[in-house]
This record gives sequence, structure tokens and C-alpha cells, in this order.
Amino acid sequence: MATVLVLVEHEGGAPKKVTYQMLGKARELGDVAAVFVGEDGLEAATGELGRHGAATVYAATGEGWSEASTLPVVEALAAAAERAEPAAILVASTPSGKDVAARLGARKGWGVLADVVDLDGDLVATQSVFGGATTVRSRVRTGTPVLTVKPNAFGVPEPGDRSPEVVDLGLSREPGRADVRVIERVTSEQGGRPDVAEAEIIVSGGRGLQDPANFALVEALADTLGAAVGASRAAVDAGWYPHQHQVGQTGKTVSPQLYVAVGISGAIQHRAGMQTSKTIVAVNKDGDAPIFSISDFGVVGDLFKVVPRLTEEVAKRKG
Amino acid sequence: MKILVTVKRVPDTAAEKRLDPDDKTLDRESVETIMNPVDEYAVEEALRLKEAAGGEVVVLCMGPTSALPAVRKALSMGPDAAVHVHDDGLHGSDAFNTSRVLAAAIKTVEPDLVLLGSESTDARTSLVPSALAEFLGWPALTNAKKLEIDGTTVRVHRETETGYDVVEADGPAVVSVVKGINEPRYPSFKGIMAAKSRPVTDLTLSDLDIDPSEVGAAGATTEVVEFAPRPPKQAGQKVEDPGDGSAATQLAEFLASNKFI
Repeated sequence: MATVLVLVEHEGGAPKKVTYQMLGKARELGDVAAVFVGEDGLEAATGELGRHGAATVYAATGEGWSEASTLPVVEALAAAAERAEPAAILVASTPSGKDVAARLGARKGWGVLADVVDLDGDLVATQSVFGGATTVRSRVRTGTPVLTVKPNAFGVPEPGDRSPEVVDLGLSREPGRADVRVIERVTSEQGGRPDVAEAEIIVSGGRGLQDPANFALVEALADTLGAAVGASRAAVDAGWYPHQHQVGQTGKTVSPQLYVAVGISGAIQHRAGMQTSKTIVAVNKDGDAPIFSISDFGVVGDLFKVVPRLTEEVAKRKG
Repeated sequence: MKILVTVKRVPDTAAEKRLDPDDKTLDRESVETIMNPVDEYAVEEALRLKEAAGGEVVVLCMGPTSALPAVRKALSMGPDAAVHVHDDGLHGSDAFNTSRVLAAAIKTVEPDLVLLGSESTDARTSLVPSALAEFLGWPALTNAKKLEIDGTTVRVHRETETGYDVVEADGPAVVSVVKGINEPRYPSFKGIMAAKSRPVTDLTLSDLDIDPSEVGAAGATTEVVEFAPRPPKQAGQKVEDPGDGSAATQLAEFLASNKFI
């Protein structure tokens, strides 16, 4: 059976959920080999990678092998591909993952498909384009297919108890002309909330909040639901909430299980970023707002009255 | 310092985008098109660097003749000159070949810095900045929400999913910027008039020594097998709140019955 390589997306050795989702998909397609690049954390990661289906873990670890730098990851992935001769390489569709995929593809002359949401046995990939308005099925024509996979496109299968074989890629490297030095990694205060791109529930606020301080209502509801906080373009452009949280055509495209739109009218550019959400609910005072045309449940009313009560109700039901 | 900024022509943000059934490429002819919104931030950042330290700003665009308004729009903000790569052989180019052609055109300009928008609003793959840097053999500093030049050092605050990384590299380098890095200026009337007389250099594939069979649809590394419009989501239940927020109970009921609570 062919091998599928999965680049491990992790933080200090703790694999992210998207890694398990990719491993799960890879298991349906062939033998699974994970590629771990990181200065440390290999040992901690290996057990988890095995439980989630990796038969082999190719590793480049130690000083200079930071997962935050593109080139070391590209070199390790290329070396692992040389050994494993995989049918495909899966990389997470995150900003850093896309940088890796793009450089690897350009270096090797391999075709790259971005933002894959499904993949069949013939390696034909499904992509959702134009904000979910069109579904495209594409394939790679040249070289080893490099596919960046959208977080939450696949589920995480029940973990098993396999212990993988760890193969040190035995690489050494000297920083070169194209290397980027990571000086500092800053984690912003998100109140322990999940990332917008990976969250299963998102509560987003828009212009209807009227004042940046009122994002506290959105945050409170998000926290009772265990959700990430999103923001519309209007709210971000007004400087009410950071750009990282923007959902829409010029922000992030998200596809959570539940999307709660608070004070968002639902202009086409916003819908383009969230209309593939499984369930959509909206609170807006304008009954004609376009957001209601794609909402599974809409409340026409004053968000300043409805949202605090909703937060209360949710908290009560959660006990 | 010589700064090159790439711009792309994309369908208007409010337009319904669709693929052409014949060649499965984006239909740019039946809709209003604009300069990619994120590119405005790249042009603005280039102009600010020039205003602070002197130098020259050159716009680079790959696209058919109908992309020229996007070039003029960029020039109306203030850059000094433009390079427009157009060739029938480029139609249907994927991110890989677009990057390759852009890299070849960039080599004719020999800039100290290349700025791009972090993504285009049509394809949204964000693959070009890093692929381009690979073809140039340069470092790529992507998703910059802050950019500083210190001698030959290029330092960037790179937006991540959980915050940002402070990263740096030695120039020349490729930097992709995110929306919000600055506040792009509106072109002035004077700027719009001046843009009409700024030089635009036309380049074709033969000028760049690229074989047309290696790019465009013919040389694409990926291909669309099939596509279909996705049926629009249907509206569900809508309730009117009586004014005291009590509709929240029904909404909570809905969330609970769908196992979100």
C-alpha cells in the first residue's frame, strides 16, 4: 500500500487537532508516516502520533529545527519524501503550513492544492471556493501531490494503541541566504478561547454592537459555549477587534459546527467567509438583514436584550 | 531602496464569482473587477518606505490587457512605474507558474524588496508569496502586520493563529502583508492624472525566456476535474423578540435540541 506523509502541526510537541484529522484521513488512503520537525517535543508527540495512526515518524529535531521556520520544515519534508516515496503529502492549511507547501512545491516542481476539504482514493481533492458558492474537484498533474488540508474538514477517528517506528532523518543544516530568523513568539491574550480557524463554535460580532466595549457581550456568550470570537469587516475596520478574528472575504473562511452572528447584517463579503458553517444562528434588529436568509434560527430583536439572556440560558442549561 | 509591489486584478468583492464552464478558470470578464483589496496595503507600505528612506516603487502585474485598470489604480496611489506581464500563453496559470513568471519579471527589475498582499480575494490560496521567494532563492516573511527595515535587515511581525512571531531576514526579501498593516491612502485627483503618464513596461513570455508550453493551462501542475455550484443554504426558523430578550429562551432551546449545549 502506498504511503501518505503527514506533516505534524504542533506546539512544543503537542500535536494540534488538525494533525489527528490528517492522520485519520491518511489511514483511509494508505500507510501513514508522520513527519515531525521541532527543536524538542519528539518523544511527547510520538506516542500521540502512533495512537492516531502513524506507523512511522520521520524526525528532524534539535537546535535549528524549529517548526516556526519554513525552510527547515521544507528540507525535512523533502528528505522524508525521498525516503518514503509517498503517494501524497498532507500539510495543515494554516499560514505556516501553506508557506511550507508552497516552497516545497516550487522547489520540487510538485503540484500543490490548497484548502482541501475532502480527498478520495484517487487523490482527487475537493475544495470549496468563492466563499463556499462553488465546489471544485481538482487533482495534481505533476510530481507528488502536496495537499493543504482545512482544519475540521475531517473527523478524528478513535485512537488506537500503535507505537510507531521513529526514524531520525539524520539531517544537518547551516542557515543560508533564504533563512528567516524567529526572534520572538508572542501569544496574544485570547482569554483561553480557541482560534477562529480551528474552533467548532464561533460567536461573531458586527456593527450592531455599536461600541468596541460591547464585544464583552460576544465574549461572554462565546465563553459559555466554549467558542472562539469572530468579527465582521465593519467591526475590524472600525478598530473594535483585531484583524486575526475577521471572518469574511478579506478575513478568514470558517466552517464551524455552529456560527452565531450577533449584530451582523450578513453582506455577501461576510457570508463568503462563513456560509459553509453547519448550523448558523443570528441575532439582528433588522428583520430584512441578509444573514437571516442563511440562518437556521434567527432572532429579530435587540441584541443588547437577547444576547445577555442567551448567555444566561446557556449557562443555566450547562449547569 | 527599490521596492516592487505585485498587484492582481480580481472580481469585485460584492460580485458573484463563477468558473467558466469551458476552460474551468475564473470568469473575470462577466463581472466588475478591481485591484485585489489586500494589495492596496502592500502598495501603501511600499510608498511609506519610500517616503521615509527614499527610493523607487515599481508595480508588477501579471494578467491580460483587461487587467490594466488595476495597474493604473495602483499607480494612482503614487508608485513611479509599472511592469505588466501579459501573454495569451499565461491564461490558466496555477499558483506555481504564476510565481515562476513573477520571479522572472522581478529579476528584470532587481528590487531590494518585494511586497505582496497576503492573499487574493478570488483564489485565496496564499501560495504565491512563498513559492515566489523559492524561485528567487530569497527569504519570505509572510502575513506581516508590521514591517521594519534596518539596514539590510527586514523585520516583520508575522501574524499567527494565536498571536504573532517577530521574524527577520536579510534582504532582498519577499514580504506579504495582511490587511490592517496600515491605512491605505485614497488616490488623489492629481495622483489619478499623474498615473496616466507613468511608464508601464510590457513584458511577454518570450521577453522572459519562458516557453509557453511550460506555463498557463498547458503547463499547470494542478487541474480542475469538475466543479458545481453549491446549493445555497435555506433559511430556517425566524422569531421576533417581543422586546424583553425573551426570544433568547427559544434560541437556547434550538441550540440544546441540536446538542450545542
